[in-house]
Amino acid sequence: MAQEELKSINFMGWRKTIGAISILLLLVSIVSLAVNGLRLGLDFTGGTQIEVGFAEPANLGEIRTLLVEQGLENPTAVYFGSETEVLIRTQGAMQDGALVLIGNRLEALEPGAQIVRVERPAAGQAGLSQVIVLDGVSAAQVRDTDIFDRTYFGNVEFAQVEDGLAVTLENSLDVAYTNRLLTALSEHANTDVELRRSEFVGPQIGEELRDEGGLGMLVALFLVMLYIAFRFQYKFALGAVAALIHDVILVLGFFSLFQLDFDLTVLAAVLAVIGYSLNDTIVVFDRIRENFRLVRRGSPKEVVNFSLTQTLERTLITSLTTLLVLVMLFLFGGELINNFATALIVGVLVGTYSSIYVSANTLLALHIDREDLIPPPKEGEEQEELVP
Amino acid sequence: MLNRYPLWKYLLILLVVVFGFVYASANLYAPDPAVQISGQSSGMDIDERVLRRVERALEQAGIDYFGAEADGSRAQIRLNTADSQMRAQRYIQEELGDDFIVALNLAATTPRWLERLGASPMRLGLDLAGGVHFLMEVDTAAAIHRRQEINSDAMRARLRDERIRYSSVSVGDDNVVIGRFRNADLRDQALRELRREYQNLEFSTEDPQSEGASYRLNAVLSDTAVREIEDYALSQNLVTLRNRVNELGVSEPVVQRQGRSRIIVQLPGVQDTAEAKRIIGKTANLEFRLEALPDSLVSMRDEFEFRSESDAGRTAELERQVILTGDHVANASSGFDHETSQPQVNITLDSAGGAMMHRATRGNIGRRMGVLFIEYRTTFETRENEFGEEVQVPVQEADRRIISLATVQAALGVQFRITGLDSPAEASELALLLRAGALAAPMYFVEERTIGPSLGAENIQMGVTSVKWGLALVLLFMLLYYRAFGVIANIALTVNLVLLIAVMSLLGATLTLPGIAGIVLTVGMAVDANVLIFSRIREELKAGSPPQSAIAAGYDRAFVTIMDANITTLIVAIILYAIGTGPVQGFAVTLSIGILTSMFTALLVTRSMVNLAYGGRRNLQKIWI
Repeated sequence: MAQEELKSINFMGWRKTIGAISILLLLVSIVSLAVNGLRLGLDFTGGTQIEVGFAEPANLGEIRTLLVEQGLENPTAVYFGSETEVLIRTQGAMQDGALVLIGNRLEALEPGAQIVRVERPAAGQAGLSQVIVLDGVSAAQVRDTDIFDRTYFGNVEFAQVEDGLAVTLENSLDVAYTNRLLTALSEHANTDVELRRSEFVGPQIGEELRDEGGLGMLVALFLVMLYIAFRFQYKFALGAVAALIHDVILVLGFFSLFQLDFDLTVLAAVLAVIGYSLNDTIVVFDRIRENFRLVRRGSPKEVVNFSLTQTLERTLITSLTTLLVLVMLFLFGGELINNFATALIVGVLVGTYSSIYVSANTLLALHIDREDLIPPPKEGEEQEELVP
Repeated sequence: MLNRYPLWKYLLILLVVVFGFVYASANLYAPDPAVQISGQSSGMDIDERVLRRVERALEQAGIDYFGAEADGSRAQIRLNTADSQMRAQRYIQEELGDDFIVALNLAATTPRWLERLGASPMRLGLDLAGGVHFLMEVDTAAAIHRRQEINSDAMRARLRDERIRYSSVSVGDDNVVIGRFRNADLRDQALRELRREYQNLEFSTEDPQSEGASYRLNAVLSDTAVREIEDYALSQNLVTLRNRVNELGVSEPVVQRQGRSRIIVQLPGVQDTAEAKRIIGKTANLEFRLEALPDSLVSMRDEFEFRSESDAGRTAELERQVILTGDHVANASSGFDHETSQPQVNITLDSAGGAMMHRATRGNIGRRMGVLFIEYRTTFETRENEFGEEVQVPVQEADRRIISLATVQAALGVQFRITGLDSPAEASELALLLRAGALAAPMYFVEERTIGPSLGAENIQMGVTSVKWGLALVLLFMLLYYRAFGVIANIALTVNLVLLIAVMSLLGATLTLPGIAGIVLTVGMAVDANVLIFSRIREELKAGSPPQSAIAAGYDRAFVTIMDANITTLIVAIILYAIGTGPVQGFAVTLSIGILTSMFTALLVTRSMVNLAYGGRRNLQKIWI
């Protein structure tokens, strides 16, 4: 490998300028994260979302009004992939919406009437799922209305208990309410609707996932740093981690800036970006280490430039093939996987760039030198193979 | 120099690749939707006669079917679509009646020889197959509270027996049992007594801070005891849930523990969430009743059958009045009587249950008490809906059977035992049933996801399309860029994909949408190792090395880099698996396996091909790279 001169692209010549750009992008991301925050998906916030397929394009504004009328708290409705797919989201559980609706209708039926509590049916009431206890209203009054419509609730039994009227339902509130909502949507839009997917995530789950996700990223960074410090040297570890943090913040910043949904799959994508970017960085570092040992001349900056030039082809080709499949995933993978693909595309672009500029830049900033890698660890095997 | 592998190495690589193809090929055979019929009890014959009835029912309903087969203990009928599968289930159940269990099933279409090798297709996750996913939180705090209440009841009884006077014994906040005493002497006596009795409690004392306050004794559960209660509550709920899920007749349900207090339930193919929730969220199903007196009114008693097969046909009459239900059963375990070494079952009730039991039994010593185990079965009933159409409505039917009928020897309280059992096996069976019928701790739904079947099918479609296009573009690019070596890399990439699918099938991994994304990503990244090697070879050639040594040096130099790069990525994938749940884990598994298989194909498979193609040529002047 001892060539006469080190023919290379002067990557590090612009390191200050590029470093400044990186810092600027980081600042933009951090500011956006601080101001806008991430638009966390259902996995992290908890709540309910249902995906409804309409036979004809749906009108979002009307759907929102209808949802509020039906008692949903802060509902949102957005198109999901096409104008016939609508994703409806609300903060609480579907049961909350059902209780609001029933409460409103009871109040209208008999002022002062209200829901006292909701409980599970007693043992022996086989085949029934929930008991809802009402106050200030009689069985006869409620029976005449469609508040507990049998189409949705199935069998309904009324009984007087100590603190009010106990209504035992065959279908639980949330199930009945979802079906009712679908019928209302169908009637309103005057077209067939289909429940394509429904998800409910409890608030505690969301919180746990947030914690675990953050913790996972930190653990990943730490272990990776440890491995590199062991295999290379601590300056390399710092360089790699600087690149990883850079990538993660930029991807998060991108999601914050464009207010894309950040859910569990996107978190997986961010972690995959860590893996990918690391892959790139290690390949570059490997060359830098090798060249420091083999090439006895040249300043650290020259050695780094030379190494980057050597690995440039590989860096670009791998990024290109990965991007090819990711773009395919983005185009054909469907709405559910869209944000996942977006995160990876941004991540691969940023990761490619950071393996050239951020990690190597950090190395130079830390004054990496030949001495850092001497005495070289046993590499006898490689030396032998050098004999042409 | 020459690049050659010894023969065994070629053979080994070939063997692995062939294995990969064989095991991956199982995925070409998608399972048929099917309906499986078995008897309510194991003694029933499911033979050609039953099958003919089923076939007639299906023909009448106009449902196409094929591959009907019966083997004496169960029958299976394959259908064309998942939609007709559900309709068929309903019609068959209606035709055969309640003595038969009719369950949805997926019938393998893998050829016999593949099956014999243990090859089976990958299971599809809910996002691809459609179905329901529940995450249940077991309220372990409630179980712990209940245990402390039982403890405080027992302590009171103990202190009374030992004639140690106390002011009060109760459960305070944070599940501490607090005993209050008039003076320090009584308190210390109680402490000595109780400490011996309750090894799993940690005792501490508190002297009064002000005039008039009492001397306190605090007892908290040790960490191990808390863990034990949690484990117990969870495993008991798991058993209960499994029993209930089996009632639903779903093929391949998943009921799994997750973490310290959660249980995942996944029911592929189920669309009726209402039905699933009702069965899963069901209350306890045990009843304790006294045996009816011979002269009691007919309207006051019910006749029940025994549950065990050895007692088939035997019945007993019990009072209609229920003493208590499974809600009050805190624990049941099998063991032996210390004196007679006879098998027995120990039952612990909660304090309310103990009081009820005491009230019911103290005046009835010498009578027999029966324990009923309640199982629910779902049948379909024809009802008229609001449009006057006839619809099939699922109706739950309770099936009560006696699991124990024993003579009351004394007034029973919080703790009692059932003796006179024939064998230890019978005792543990009874304890298991008691536990399954009891509700260890309340559960509630913390996560619920339903994916419609059409969405699942679309997801598969989209996943396959993106894999196809991604793979095609990468293959094309590699071919154009590396020419002859591109062909080699492409073969390796294809082999990699096959191996990845084979390993996933072998491990029994579940394929999910993120899993497909992982496969796509692997396709993109798998070429990396080859790119690294080929770049090295090109460099060596440029530096003037002859082709043969350039190839050798390229592979050797790239090896270290590939190892370092892949090990770090593997670390990330493992962390992803550790912290993730469901979909994220699916992605992590695919990614990890992909890393391993891509290293194998990039380093060994391509090398063997290069060696075969070029390795033996002494005068190799030029290679197409």
